[in-house]
Amino acid sequence: MSASDTIIKARWFAPLLGFGSIAAAVLVLELFIRIGVINRITIPLPSDILLAFPRVIVEEDVLSRFLLTATEALTASILVTFFGVAGGVILYHFRLLRAATETWIAAIAAAPLVLIYPLYLVIFGRNASTIVMMGFTAGLAPVTLKTLEGLSATRRVLIDVGRSFNLTPWQQFWKISFPSALPTIFVGMRLGLIFALINIVGVEYLINFGGLGQLINELTDRFDLPGTYAAICFVILVSMCVFFLTERLERWLRPVE
Amino acid sequence: MLDDATHEANYAMAVVTTSSGIDRGPPEPILVVDNIVKNFYTPDGVVRALDCVSLGVAPGEFVGVIGPSGCGKSTLFNIIGGLLDGFEGSVRVAGEAVRGPHPAIGMIFQEESTFPWRTVIDNVVFPLELAGLPKSERYDKARQFVRMVGLDGFERRYPSELSGGMRQRVSMARTLAAEPKILLMDEPFAALDEQTRLLLGDKVLAIQQQLQQTTLLITHNITEAVQLADRIFVMTYRPGKLKRMVKIDLPRPRTSEIVSSEAFGRYVAQIWSDLREEASRGLKDDETSRNRGGAS
Repeated sequence: MSASDTIIKARWFAPLLGFGSIAAAVLVLELFIRIGVINRITIPLPSDILLAFPRVIVEEDVLSRFLLTATEALTASILVTFFGVAGGVILYHFRLLRAATETWIAAIAAAPLVLIYPLYLVIFGRNASTIVMMGFTAGLAPVTLKTLEGLSATRRVLIDVGRSFNLTPWQQFWKISFPSALPTIFVGMRLGLIFALINIVGVEYLINFGGLGQLINELTDRFDLPGTYAAICFVILVSMCVFFLTERLERWLRPVE
Repeated sequence: MLDDATHEANYAMAVVTTSSGIDRGPPEPILVVDNIVKNFYTPDGVVRALDCVSLGVAPGEFVGVIGPSGCGKSTLFNIIGGLLDGFEGSVRVAGEAVRGPHPAIGMIFQEESTFPWRTVIDNVVFPLELAGLPKSERYDKARQFVRMVGLDGFERRYPSELSGGMRQRVSMARTLAAEPKILLMDEPFAALDEQTRLLLGDKVLAIQQQLQQTTLLITHNITEAVQLADRIFVMTYRPGKLKRMVKIDLPRPRTSEIVSSEAFGRYVAQIWSDLREEASRGLKDDETSRNRGGAS
Protein backbone atom coordinates (compact mmCIF):
# COMPACT_ATOMS: atom_id res chain seq x y z
CA MET A 1 0.00 0.00 0.00
CA SER A 2 1.41 3.38 -0.99
CA ALA A 3 1.72 6.35 1.39
CA SER A 4 -1.11 8.21 -0.40
CA ASP A 5 -3.45 5.17 0.00
CA THR A 6 -2.62 5.05 3.73
CA ILE A 7 -3.53 8.73 4.14
CA ILE A 8 -6.79 8.39 2.16
CA LYS A 9 -7.86 5.40 4.27
CA ALA A 10 -7.01 7.13 7.58
CA ARG A 11 -10.08 7.91 9.72
CA TRP A 12 -9.19 11.58 10.08
CA PHE A 13 -8.77 12.18 6.36
CA ALA A 14 -12.44 12.54 5.33
CA PRO A 15 -13.38 15.06 8.10
CA LEU A 16 -10.16 16.97 7.45
CA LEU A 17 -10.95 17.08 3.73
CA GLY A 18 -14.45 18.37 4.56
CA PHE A 19 -13.19 21.17 6.80
CA GLY A 20 -10.42 21.93 4.32
CA SER A 21 -12.93 22.28 1.48
CA ILE A 22 -15.09 24.67 3.51
CA ALA A 23 -12.04 26.72 4.52
CA ALA A 24 -10.91 26.87 0.87
CA ALA A 25 -14.39 27.99 -0.26
CA VAL A 26 -14.41 30.72 2.42
CA LEU A 27 -10.95 31.91 1.32
CA VAL A 28 -12.05 32.03 -2.33
CA LEU A 29 -15.16 34.00 -1.29
CA GLU A 30 -12.99 36.42 0.72
CA LEU A 31 -10.74 36.86 -2.32
CA PHE A 32 -13.66 37.43 -4.75
CA ILE A 33 -15.21 40.04 -2.44
CA ARG A 34 -11.86 41.82 -1.94
CA ILE A 35 -11.13 42.03 -5.68
CA GLY A 36 -14.69 43.21 -6.34
CA VAL A 37 -16.09 40.17 -8.21
CA ILE A 38 -18.79 39.96 -5.50
CA ASN A 39 -20.36 43.15 -4.11
CA ARG A 40 -19.46 43.52 -0.41
CA ILE A 41 -22.77 45.32 0.24
CA THR A 42 -24.61 42.10 -0.71
CA ILE A 43 -22.29 39.65 1.01
CA PRO A 44 -19.98 40.68 3.84
CA LEU A 45 -16.37 39.56 4.03
CA PRO A 46 -15.97 36.21 5.80
CA SER A 47 -13.26 37.84 7.93
CA ASP A 48 -15.80 40.49 9.02
CA ILE A 49 -18.28 37.73 9.90
CA LEU A 50 -15.58 36.07 11.99
CA LEU A 51 -14.87 39.37 13.76
CA ALA A 52 -18.62 39.82 14.40
CA PHE A 53 -18.81 36.63 16.49
CA PRO A 54 -17.52 38.09 19.79
CA ARG A 55 -19.88 41.08 19.40
CA VAL A 56 -22.90 38.84 18.67
CA ILE A 57 -22.03 36.55 21.58
CA VAL A 58 -21.47 39.32 24.16
CA GLU A 59 -23.83 42.11 23.08
CA GLU A 60 -26.72 40.15 21.58
CA ASP A 61 -27.01 37.52 24.32
CA VAL A 62 -26.70 34.81 21.67
CA LEU A 63 -26.33 31.96 24.17
CA SER A 64 -29.83 32.35 25.64
CA ARG A 65 -31.27 32.86 22.13
CA PHE A 66 -29.42 29.75 20.94
CA LEU A 67 -30.79 27.76 23.89
CA LEU A 68 -34.32 29.04 23.24
CA THR A 69 -34.25 28.05 19.53
CA ALA A 70 -32.58 24.73 20.41
CA THR A 71 -35.26 24.01 23.05
CA GLU A 72 -38.04 24.88 20.58
CA ALA A 73 -36.40 22.66 17.96
CA LEU A 74 -35.95 19.80 20.43
CA THR A 75 -39.56 20.08 21.66
CA ALA A 76 -40.89 20.13 18.09
CA SER A 77 -38.60 17.16 17.24
CA ILE A 78 -39.97 15.10 20.12
CA LEU A 79 -43.57 15.94 19.14
CA VAL A 80 -42.88 15.27 15.45
CA THR A 81 -41.24 11.92 16.23
CA PHE A 82 -43.92 10.76 18.62
CA PHE A 83 -47.00 11.81 16.64
CA GLY A 84 -45.42 11.20 13.20
CA VAL A 85 -44.40 7.64 14.01
CA ALA A 86 -47.72 6.96 15.75
CA GLY A 87 -49.58 8.38 12.72
CA GLY A 88 -47.60 6.14 10.36
CA VAL A 89 -48.33 3.08 12.51
CA ILE A 90 -52.06 3.89 12.58
CA LEU A 91 -52.19 4.36 8.80
CA TYR A 92 -50.29 1.09 8.34
CA HIS A 93 -52.81 -0.83 10.41
CA PHE A 94 -55.98 0.78 9.01
CA ARG A 95 -55.99 0.35 5.23
CA LEU A 96 -59.15 2.39 4.70
CA LEU A 97 -57.74 5.33 6.64
CA ARG A 98 -54.53 5.06 4.63
CA ALA A 99 -56.38 5.00 1.32
CA ALA A 100 -58.48 7.98 2.43
CA THR A 101 -55.66 10.19 3.71
CA GLU A 102 -52.27 9.27 2.26
CA THR A 103 -52.56 11.62 -0.75
CA TRP A 104 -53.63 14.47 1.48
CA ILE A 105 -50.73 13.94 3.85
CA ALA A 106 -48.30 13.86 0.91
CA ALA A 107 -49.82 17.12 -0.34
CA ILE A 108 -49.42 18.70 3.11
CA ALA A 109 -45.75 17.66 3.15
CA ALA A 110 -45.17 19.66 -0.03
CA ALA A 111 -47.24 22.72 1.00
CA PRO A 112 -45.65 26.00 2.22
CA LEU A 113 -47.04 25.54 5.73
CA VAL A 114 -45.26 28.61 7.06
CA LEU A 115 -48.18 30.63 5.64
CA ILE A 116 -50.43 29.20 8.33
CA TYR A 117 -48.62 31.15 11.09
CA PRO A 118 -51.27 33.91 11.42
CA LEU A 119 -53.84 31.25 12.34
CA TYR A 120 -51.48 29.79 14.97
CA LEU A 121 -50.86 33.30 16.33
CA VAL A 122 -54.61 33.60 16.88
CA ILE A 123 -54.84 30.14 18.46
CA PHE A 124 -51.69 30.09 20.61
CA GLY A 125 -50.73 33.77 20.88
CA ARG A 126 -47.37 35.41 20.18
CA ASN A 127 -45.24 33.03 22.18
CA ALA A 128 -43.02 29.94 21.95
CA SER A 129 -46.05 27.61 21.64
CA THR A 130 -46.86 29.07 18.20
CA ILE A 131 -43.27 28.55 17.08
CA VAL A 132 -43.10 24.96 18.40
CA MET A 133 -46.49 24.12 16.85
CA MET A 134 -45.38 25.56 13.50
CA GLY A 135 -42.28 23.35 13.61
CA PHE A 136 -44.40 20.36 14.62
CA THR A 137 -46.94 20.94 11.82
CA ALA A 138 -44.22 21.26 9.19
CA GLY A 139 -42.32 18.14 10.27
CA LEU A 140 -45.26 15.83 10.91
CA ALA A 141 -46.12 14.72 7.34
CA PRO A 142 -42.69 13.42 6.25
CA VAL A 143 -42.26 11.40 9.44
CA THR A 144 -45.76 9.91 9.07
CA LEU A 145 -45.25 9.03 5.42
CA LYS A 146 -41.79 7.55 5.89
CA THR A 147 -42.96 5.49 8.88
CA LEU A 148 -45.78 4.13 6.72
CA GLU A 149 -43.35 3.42 3.89
CA GLY A 150 -40.88 1.65 6.20
CA LEU A 151 -43.53 -0.55 7.81
CA SER A 152 -45.07 -1.42 4.43
CA ALA A 153 -41.63 -2.38 3.08
CA THR A 154 -40.96 -4.98 5.79
CA ARG A 155 -39.80 -8.06 3.89
CA ARG A 156 -42.48 -10.74 3.63
CA VAL A 157 -40.06 -13.46 4.71
CA LEU A 158 -39.32 -11.65 8.01
CA ILE A 159 -43.04 -11.46 8.71
CA ASP A 160 -43.28 -15.19 7.91
CA VAL A 161 -40.39 -15.90 10.30
CA GLY A 162 -42.36 -14.09 13.00
CA ARG A 163 -45.50 -16.04 12.14
CA SER A 164 -43.58 -19.34 12.18
CA PHE A 165 -42.52 -18.52 15.76
CA ASN A 166 -46.17 -17.84 16.54
CA LEU A 167 -45.63 -14.20 17.56
CA THR A 168 -48.55 -12.15 18.82
CA PRO A 169 -49.42 -9.06 16.72
CA TRP A 170 -47.76 -6.91 19.40
CA GLN A 171 -44.55 -8.98 19.28
CA GLN A 172 -44.69 -9.04 15.49
CA PHE A 173 -44.73 -5.24 15.50
CA TRP A 174 -42.07 -4.57 18.14
CA LYS A 175 -39.71 -7.41 17.29
CA ILE A 176 -39.93 -7.42 13.50
CA SER A 177 -41.88 -4.68 11.69
CA PHE A 178 -40.65 -1.73 13.73
CA PRO A 179 -36.91 -2.56 13.79
CA SER A 180 -37.11 -3.43 10.11
CA ALA A 181 -38.69 -0.04 9.36
CA LEU A 182 -36.29 2.00 11.52
CA PRO A 183 -33.84 3.08 8.78
CA THR A 184 -36.72 4.50 6.69
CA ILE A 185 -38.32 6.07 9.78
CA PHE A 186 -35.04 7.88 10.48
CA VAL A 187 -34.93 9.19 6.91
CA GLY A 188 -38.39 10.64 7.60
CA MET A 189 -37.24 12.05 10.93
CA ARG A 190 -34.29 13.83 9.33
CA LEU A 191 -36.60 15.33 6.70
CA GLY A 192 -39.17 16.26 9.33
CA LEU A 193 -36.57 17.90 11.55
CA ILE A 194 -35.23 19.95 8.62
CA PHE A 195 -38.78 21.17 7.89
CA ALA A 196 -39.39 21.84 11.58
CA LEU A 197 -36.17 23.85 12.06
CA ILE A 198 -36.74 25.94 8.91
CA ASN A 199 -40.21 26.81 10.15
CA ILE A 200 -39.11 27.50 13.72
CA VAL A 201 -36.44 29.99 12.70
CA GLY A 202 -38.68 31.38 9.94
CA VAL A 203 -41.57 32.06 12.32
CA GLU A 204 -39.23 33.53 14.95
CA TYR A 205 -38.08 35.90 12.21
CA LEU A 206 -41.60 36.67 10.96
CA ILE A 207 -43.22 37.34 14.33
CA ASN A 208 -40.02 38.84 15.75
CA PHE A 209 -40.18 36.67 18.83
CA GLY A 210 -37.89 34.20 20.53
CA GLY A 211 -34.41 33.07 19.70
CA LEU A 212 -32.08 33.18 16.75
CA GLY A 213 -34.78 34.03 14.17
CA GLN A 214 -35.63 37.19 16.10
CA LEU A 215 -31.93 38.05 16.43
CA ILE A 216 -31.46 37.69 12.67
CA ASN A 217 -34.51 39.92 12.14
CA GLU A 218 -33.08 42.61 14.43
CA LEU A 219 -29.58 42.45 12.94
CA THR A 220 -31.01 42.67 9.41
CA ASP A 221 -33.07 45.70 10.40
CA ARG A 222 -29.85 47.33 11.63
CA PHE A 223 -28.11 46.44 8.32
CA ASP A 224 -25.55 44.55 10.40
CA LEU A 225 -24.73 41.98 7.72
CA PRO A 226 -21.64 40.43 9.38
CA GLY A 227 -23.71 40.03 12.57
CA THR A 228 -26.61 38.52 10.60
CA TYR A 229 -24.36 35.90 9.02
CA ALA A 230 -22.71 35.18 12.38
CA ALA A 231 -26.21 34.55 13.84
CA ILE A 232 -27.01 32.27 10.87
CA CYS A 233 -23.94 30.22 11.85
CA PHE A 234 -25.61 29.61 15.23
CA VAL A 235 -28.76 28.37 13.44
CA ILE A 236 -26.52 25.91 11.61
CA LEU A 237 -25.12 24.90 15.01
CA VAL A 238 -28.67 24.13 16.27
CA SER A 239 -29.23 22.03 13.16
CA MET A 240 -25.97 20.15 13.78
CA CYS A 241 -26.95 19.47 17.42
CA VAL A 242 -30.37 18.09 16.39
CA PHE A 243 -28.80 15.90 13.71
CA PHE A 244 -26.11 14.67 16.07
CA LEU A 245 -28.78 13.60 18.57
CA THR A 246 -30.82 11.89 15.81
CA GLU A 247 -27.77 10.00 14.60
CA ARG A 248 -26.90 8.87 18.14
CA LEU A 249 -30.47 7.67 18.64
CA GLU A 250 -30.38 5.72 15.36
CA ARG A 251 -27.03 4.11 16.18
CA TRP A 252 -28.39 3.11 19.59
CA LEU A 253 -31.63 1.65 18.19
CA ARG A 254 -30.06 0.02 15.14
CA PRO A 255 -26.29 -0.28 15.36
CA VAL A 256 -25.65 -1.39 11.75
CA GLU A 257 -27.47 -1.41 8.47
CA MET B 1 -20.07 -48.86 0.15
CA LEU B 2 -22.80 -50.97 -1.47
CA ASP B 3 -22.03 -52.60 -4.79
CA ASP B 4 -23.93 -51.55 -7.92
CA ALA B 5 -26.04 -54.71 -8.23
CA THR B 6 -27.30 -54.34 -4.64
CA HIS B 7 -28.19 -50.74 -5.34
CA GLU B 8 -30.02 -51.68 -8.50
CA ALA B 9 -32.15 -54.12 -6.55
CA ASN B 10 -32.73 -51.67 -3.67
CA TYR B 11 -33.68 -48.96 -6.07
CA ALA B 12 -36.19 -51.18 -7.88
CA MET B 13 -37.80 -51.95 -4.53
CA ALA B 14 -37.66 -48.40 -3.33
CA VAL B 15 -39.55 -46.79 -6.18
CA VAL B 16 -43.21 -46.64 -5.25
CA THR B 17 -45.80 -45.01 -7.42
CA THR B 18 -48.07 -42.78 -5.41
CA SER B 19 -50.61 -41.76 -8.02
CA SER B 20 -53.38 -43.03 -5.75
CA GLY B 21 -52.44 -40.27 -3.35
CA ILE B 22 -51.84 -42.75 -0.56
CA ASP B 23 -48.49 -42.58 1.11
CA ARG B 24 -46.47 -45.76 1.45
CA GLY B 25 -44.43 -44.14 4.20
CA PRO B 26 -43.59 -45.22 7.70
CA PRO B 27 -46.22 -46.96 9.85
CA GLU B 28 -46.01 -44.43 12.74
CA PRO B 29 -45.18 -41.05 11.28
CA ILE B 30 -44.74 -37.98 13.48
CA LEU B 31 -45.86 -35.74 10.61
CA VAL B 32 -48.87 -36.69 8.54
CA VAL B 33 -50.01 -34.72 5.52
CA ASP B 34 -53.38 -36.13 4.59
CA ASN B 35 -55.14 -35.55 1.29
CA ILE B 36 -54.30 -31.86 0.91
CA VAL B 37 -56.14 -29.98 -1.81
CA LYS B 38 -55.42 -26.30 -2.33
CA ASN B 39 -57.07 -24.04 -4.89
CA PHE B 40 -56.17 -20.44 -5.69
CA TYR B 41 -58.87 -18.18 -7.04
CA THR B 42 -57.50 -15.86 -9.73
CA PRO B 43 -59.17 -13.50 -12.24
CA ASP B 44 -58.54 -16.21 -14.89
CA GLY B 45 -60.34 -18.86 -12.86
CA VAL B 46 -59.53 -21.45 -10.24
CA VAL B 47 -55.98 -22.77 -10.17
CA ARG B 48 -55.53 -26.08 -8.37
CA ALA B 49 -52.09 -25.88 -6.78
CA LEU B 50 -52.16 -29.15 -4.81
CA ASP B 51 -54.28 -32.19 -5.55
CA CYS B 52 -54.72 -34.88 -2.90
CA VAL B 53 -51.19 -34.73 -1.51
CA SER B 54 -50.54 -37.24 1.28
CA LEU B 55 -47.29 -38.18 2.92
CA GLY B 56 -45.87 -39.16 6.28
CA VAL B 57 -42.52 -38.58 7.96
CA ALA B 58 -41.19 -40.88 10.69
CA PRO B 59 -39.32 -39.54 13.74
CA GLY B 60 -35.68 -38.90 12.86
CA GLU B 61 -36.31 -39.37 9.16
CA PHE B 62 -35.08 -37.02 6.43
CA VAL B 63 -37.66 -36.72 3.66
CA GLY B 64 -37.32 -34.71 0.48
CA VAL B 65 -40.09 -33.38 -1.72
CA ILE B 66 -38.93 -32.52 -5.22
CA GLY B 67 -40.79 -31.05 -8.11
CA PRO B 68 -40.51 -28.60 -11.01
CA SER B 69 -41.10 -24.85 -10.62
CA GLY B 70 -44.79 -24.11 -10.18
CA CYS B 71 -45.74 -27.53 -8.87
CA GLY B 72 -46.90 -26.18 -5.50
CA LYS B 73 -43.85 -27.07 -3.39
CA SER B 74 -43.84 -23.76 -1.55
CA THR B 75 -47.61 -23.95 -1.12
CA LEU B 76 -47.14 -27.32 0.54
CA PHE B 77 -44.35 -25.85 2.72
CA ASN B 78 -46.60 -22.99 3.82
CA ILE B 79 -49.52 -25.32 4.54
CA ILE B 80 -47.42 -27.70 6.65
CA GLY B 81 -45.86 -24.73 8.44
CA GLY B 82 -49.30 -23.34 9.22
CA LEU B 83 -48.75 -20.12 7.24
CA LEU B 84 -51.46 -20.83 4.69
CA ASP B 85 -55.05 -21.82 5.30
CA GLY B 86 -58.13 -22.37 3.17
CA PHE B 87 -57.22 -25.90 2.08
CA GLU B 88 -58.92 -29.28 2.19
CA GLY B 89 -57.38 -32.19 4.06
CA SER B 90 -55.29 -32.06 7.21
CA VAL B 91 -51.78 -31.78 8.62
CA ARG B 92 -51.09 -33.58 11.90
CA VAL B 93 -48.07 -33.53 14.16
CA ALA B 94 -47.93 -36.49 16.56
CA GLY B 95 -51.67 -36.91 16.04
CA GLU B 96 -52.51 -33.27 16.74
CA ALA B 97 -54.08 -31.27 13.91
CA VAL B 98 -52.05 -28.25 12.80
CA ARG B 99 -54.13 -25.11 12.48
CA GLY B 100 -51.66 -22.27 12.12
CA PRO B 101 -47.99 -22.15 13.12
CA HIS B 102 -47.17 -25.06 15.45
CA PRO B 103 -44.37 -25.00 18.05
CA ALA B 104 -43.30 -28.50 16.99
CA ILE B 105 -42.50 -27.28 13.47
CA GLY B 106 -39.47 -25.11 12.77
CA MET B 107 -39.22 -23.44 9.38
CA ILE B 108 -36.19 -22.46 7.33
CA PHE B 109 -37.04 -20.27 4.38
CA GLN B 110 -35.64 -20.07 0.88
CA GLU B 111 -35.11 -16.33 1.09
CA GLU B 112 -32.45 -14.89 3.37
CA SER B 113 -34.33 -14.38 6.62
CA THR B 114 -31.90 -13.27 9.32
CA PHE B 115 -32.79 -10.11 11.21
CA PRO B 116 -30.28 -7.52 9.93
CA TRP B 117 -30.58 -5.43 13.11
CA ARG B 118 -29.49 -8.32 15.36
CA THR B 119 -26.05 -9.88 15.71
CA VAL B 120 -25.57 -13.59 14.97
CA ILE B 121 -25.99 -14.53 18.63
CA ASP B 122 -29.01 -12.23 19.04
CA ASN B 123 -30.63 -13.80 15.97
CA VAL B 124 -30.15 -17.27 17.42
CA VAL B 125 -31.35 -16.18 20.86
CA PHE B 126 -34.62 -14.88 19.35
CA PRO B 127 -36.84 -17.97 19.96
CA LEU B 128 -35.32 -18.45 23.42
CA GLU B 129 -36.15 -14.84 24.25
CA LEU B 130 -39.75 -15.54 23.20
CA ALA B 131 -39.76 -18.63 25.40
CA GLY B 132 -38.86 -16.41 28.36
CA LEU B 133 -35.61 -18.15 29.31
CA PRO B 134 -33.32 -16.25 31.72
CA LYS B 135 -30.70 -14.19 29.89
CA SER B 136 -27.59 -16.21 30.79
CA GLU B 137 -29.33 -19.50 30.06
CA ARG B 138 -30.60 -18.41 26.67
CA TYR B 139 -27.21 -17.07 25.60
CA ASP B 140 -25.47 -20.27 26.72
CA LYS B 141 -27.96 -22.31 24.75
CA ALA B 142 -27.74 -20.05 21.69
CA ARG B 143 -23.94 -20.36 21.72
CA GLN B 144 -24.32 -24.16 21.47
CA PHE B 145 -26.38 -23.80 18.30
CA VAL B 146 -24.01 -21.21 16.85
CA ARG B 147 -21.20 -23.71 17.43
CA MET B 148 -23.29 -26.50 15.92
CA VAL B 149 -23.66 -24.64 12.62
CA GLY B 150 -19.95 -23.78 12.66
CA LEU B 151 -20.21 -20.05 13.28
CA ASP B 152 -18.33 -19.79 16.58
CA GLY B 153 -16.20 -16.67 16.51
CA PHE B 154 -18.88 -14.80 14.53
CA GLU B 155 -21.33 -14.31 17.42
CA ARG B 156 -20.96 -10.51 17.52
CA ARG B 157 -21.08 -10.02 13.74
CA TYR B 158 -24.12 -8.65 11.97
CA PRO B 159 -25.69 -10.53 9.00
CA SER B 160 -24.46 -7.81 6.61
CA GLU B 161 -20.91 -8.85 7.53
CA LEU B 162 -21.52 -12.51 6.60
CA SER B 163 -21.70 -14.47 3.33
CA GLY B 164 -24.98 -15.89 2.01
CA GLY B 165 -24.11 -19.40 3.24
CA MET B 166 -23.25 -18.12 6.70
CA ARG B 167 -26.52 -16.21 6.91
CA GLN B 168 -28.46 -19.36 6.02
CA ARG B 169 -26.61 -21.15 8.82
CA VAL B 170 -27.67 -18.36 11.20
CA SER B 171 -31.29 -18.92 10.13
CA MET B 172 -30.83 -22.64 10.67
CA ALA B 173 -29.33 -22.14 14.14
CA ARG B 174 -32.19 -19.77 15.04
CA THR B 175 -34.78 -22.34 13.98
CA LEU B 176 -32.95 -25.20 15.72
CA ALA B 177 -32.68 -23.15 18.92
CA ALA B 178 -36.46 -23.42 19.26
CA GLU B 179 -35.91 -27.20 19.38
CA PRO B 180 -38.69 -28.10 16.97
CA LYS B 181 -39.69 -31.74 16.61
CA ILE B 182 -39.85 -31.29 12.84
CA LEU B 183 -37.56 -29.16 10.73
CA LEU B 184 -39.19 -27.87 7.58
CA MET B 185 -36.86 -26.46 4.92
CA ASP B 186 -37.91 -24.71 1.71
CA GLU B 187 -34.99 -24.72 -0.73
CA PRO B 188 -32.71 -23.26 1.92
CA PHE B 189 -29.63 -23.26 -0.33
CA ALA B 190 -31.32 -22.12 -3.55
CA ALA B 191 -29.48 -18.80 -3.61
CA LEU B 192 -26.04 -20.36 -3.03
CA ASP B 193 -23.42 -21.62 -5.45
CA GLU B 194 -23.09 -25.37 -6.04
CA GLN B 195 -19.94 -25.89 -3.94
CA THR B 196 -21.31 -24.00 -0.94
CA ARG B 197 -24.56 -25.90 -1.35
CA LEU B 198 -22.76 -29.27 -1.17
CA LEU B 199 -20.71 -28.23 1.85
CA LEU B 200 -23.76 -26.88 3.66
CA GLY B 201 -25.45 -30.16 2.83
CA ASP B 202 -22.69 -31.86 4.83
CA LYS B 203 -23.40 -29.52 7.72
CA VAL B 204 -27.14 -30.28 7.55
CA LEU B 205 -26.44 -34.02 7.47
CA ALA B 206 -24.13 -33.78 10.48
CA ILE B 207 -26.67 -31.76 12.48
CA GLN B 208 -29.51 -34.05 11.51
CA GLN B 209 -27.42 -37.02 12.58
CA GLN B 210 -26.45 -35.37 15.87
CA LEU B 211 -29.96 -34.26 16.83
CA GLN B 212 -31.82 -37.13 15.13
CA GLN B 213 -33.90 -34.30 13.73
CA THR B 214 -37.00 -35.17 11.73
CA THR B 215 -36.63 -33.12 8.58
CA LEU B 216 -38.76 -32.36 5.54
CA LEU B 217 -36.82 -30.69 2.73
CA ILE B 218 -38.63 -29.08 -0.16
CA THR B 219 -36.42 -28.50 -3.17
CA HIS B 220 -36.13 -28.49 -6.93
CA ASN B 221 -32.49 -29.62 -6.77
CA ILE B 222 -32.12 -33.35 -7.42
CA THR B 223 -28.50 -33.58 -6.20
CA GLU B 224 -29.39 -31.87 -2.95
CA ALA B 225 -32.40 -34.12 -2.39
CA VAL B 226 -30.45 -37.35 -3.06
CA GLN B 227 -27.48 -36.17 -0.97
CA LEU B 228 -29.64 -35.46 2.08
CA ALA B 229 -32.84 -37.51 2.09
CA ASP B 230 -33.86 -41.03 3.15
CA ARG B 231 -36.93 -40.86 0.93
CA ILE B 232 -37.84 -38.50 -1.87
CA PHE B 233 -41.34 -37.69 -3.08
CA VAL B 234 -41.45 -36.56 -6.70
CA MET B 235 -44.25 -34.13 -7.51
CA THR B 236 -46.05 -33.56 -10.78
CA TYR B 237 -46.36 -30.18 -12.44
CA ARG B 238 -49.60 -28.27 -11.74
CA PRO B 239 -51.75 -29.48 -10.11
CA GLY B 240 -49.11 -30.74 -7.70
CA LYS B 241 -49.59 -34.41 -6.91
CA LEU B 242 -47.16 -36.96 -5.52
CA LYS B 243 -46.05 -38.95 -8.54
CA ARG B 244 -43.54 -41.30 -7.03
CA MET B 245 -41.69 -42.07 -3.82
CA VAL B 246 -38.04 -43.05 -4.07
CA LYS B 247 -36.21 -44.59 -1.13
CA ILE B 248 -32.59 -43.47 -1.10
CA ASP B 249 -30.61 -46.41 0.06
CA LEU B 250 -27.25 -44.73 0.35
CA PRO B 251 -25.18 -45.42 3.46
CA ARG B 252 -25.22 -43.08 6.47
CA PRO B 253 -23.47 -41.10 7.78
CA ARG B 254 -23.17 -39.43 4.40
CA THR B 255 -20.98 -36.62 3.18
CA SER B 256 -20.89 -34.69 -0.07
CA GLU B 257 -18.27 -37.16 -1.34
CA ILE B 258 -21.17 -39.47 -2.11
CA VAL B 259 -22.13 -37.36 -5.11
CA SER B 260 -19.29 -38.97 -7.09
CA SER B 261 -20.57 -42.55 -6.53
CA GLU B 262 -22.30 -44.50 -9.29
CA ALA B 263 -25.28 -45.28 -7.11
CA PHE B 264 -25.80 -41.58 -6.45
CA GLY B 265 -25.70 -40.94 -10.19
CA ARG B 266 -28.32 -43.60 -10.81
CA TYR B 267 -30.70 -42.12 -8.25
CA VAL B 268 -30.22 -38.69 -9.81
CA ALA B 269 -30.84 -40.09 -13.30
CA GLN B 270 -33.97 -41.94 -12.27
CA ILE B 271 -35.47 -38.95 -10.46
CA TRP B 272 -34.61 -36.73 -13.41
CA SER B 273 -36.40 -39.09 -15.79
CA ASP B 274 -39.49 -38.68 -13.60
CA LEU B 275 -39.05 -34.96 -13.27
CA ARG B 276 -38.12 -34.25 -16.86
CA GLU B 277 -41.61 -34.88 -18.15
CA GLU B 278 -43.07 -32.61 -15.45
CA ALA B 279 -40.47 -29.87 -15.92
CA SER B 280 -41.15 -29.95 -19.71
CA ARG B 281 -44.86 -29.50 -19.07
CA GLY B 282 -44.08 -26.57 -16.80
CA LEU B 283 -41.82 -24.97 -19.38
CA LYS B 284 -44.41 -25.41 -22.14
CA ASP B 285 -47.09 -23.96 -19.92
CA ASP B 286 -44.89 -20.99 -19.09
CA GLU B 287 -44.13 -20.34 -22.78
CA THR B 288 -47.82 -20.58 -23.70
CA SER B 289 -48.86 -18.10 -21.02
CA ARG B 290 -46.07 -15.70 -22.05
CA ASN B 291 -47.16 -15.96 -25.70
CA ARG B 292 -50.72 -15.26 -24.66
CA GLY B 293 -49.55 -12.29 -22.60
CA GLY B 294 -47.48 -10.99 -25.53
CA ALA B 295 -50.40 -11.35 -27.96
CA SER B 296 -52.76 -9.44 -25.71
